[in-house]
Amino acid sequence: MMTLSQQIIIILMCVCGTMATRFLPFIIFSDKRPTPKYVCYLGKVLPAAIFGMLIIYCVKNVNLFSQSHGIPEATGIAVTALVHILKRKMLLSIAAGTICYMFLVQYVF
Amino acid sequence: MRKNNIRRRAFAAAFPNTIPIFASFWFLGLAYGIYMNTSGFSFWYPAIMSLTIFGGSLEFVAVSMLLSPFAPVTALLLSLMMQARHLFYGIAMLDKYKNLGWKKYYLIFGLCDETFSINCTANIPEGVDRGWFYFFVTLLNHAYWFTGATIGGIAGTFLSFDTKGLGFVMTSMFVVIFIEQWFKEKKHITAFIGIGAAIVCRLIFGEAGFMVPTMISILLMITLLRKPIERSGGYL
Repeated sequence: MMTLSQQIIIILMCVCGTMATRFLPFIIFSDKRPTPKYVCYLGKVLPAAIFGMLIIYCVKNVNLFSQSHGIPEATGIAVTALVHILKRKMLLSIAAGTICYMFLVQYVF
Repeated sequence: MRKNNIRRRAFAAAFPNTIPIFASFWFLGLAYGIYMNTSGFSFWYPAIMSLTIFGGSLEFVAVSMLLSPFAPVTALLLSLMMQARHLFYGIAMLDKYKNLGWKKYYLIFGLCDETFSINCTANIPEGVDRGWFYFFVTLLNHAYWFTGATIGGIAGTFLSFDTKGLGFVMTSMFVVIFIEQWFKEKKHITAFIGIGAAIVCRLIFGEAGFMVPTMISILLMITLLRKPIERSGGYL
């Protein structure tokens, strides 16, 4: 368990990281200087990669060879994806996937 | 009081635009507050973090970072990588947020995904002050997120139902955002790079230290594969 000051440092890191990304463009491109092409390119391609990475980050604790073998996680993700592809309603998809996952970890596994 | 009039009109124009955000921020904010509460944190944590960080996905991840061994550099790098997309919101809003005086600093501070999507696309009615319109959209969203997270953090203590597994809201949210992104792309090279790099690095480096190698390999591959990705129109 971290100490309070360590926790404050972690939260500050999150604030600094976030604010750096929000303020930087306004600091760098204050005039009419054109945006470098490489930066534009990164902006377009990074999101898809990052959200793919974050899904894996969320299930990083899963061990395929013990406990529940990742079945609740796989099911929750599949239900979220299926409901979203069918209905395209963000809140509905998130609720369906989460409730399904909670049911599995509480009553089945 | 002409100034009051300007503000009232801007608020009336801004509020309807934020109603969908109200629903999603209360749902996610409550879930986030409850998640923090059940992870052992007092409501001060979601209250302060929702006010200062004001970035939903990172705040969920921050819960697991607070429960892991102390790793400030990883926390900073992860925040920068996760929030890197804001760089491009900023680039898109450079013109719109010009010459707005003191409001500009708050607008940039509060430039989360949802605020960006409204302020970037809204048709502001004639006679409504742009600066105050952007300001109220940002302020309302900030308020929804803060109140949702704080109430969740307080109410978590009194919840009688079993919240085990509620943290899966975050996973679900990323799945939804990932799919939305997927529909926008013609080809999916970068999506596969993200998932593939994360899985490979998780297998090689283990769950504690795989994120930084993952981020570096994503940047490397995206940079090295720039020509084929651009040629295939692998994005947008």
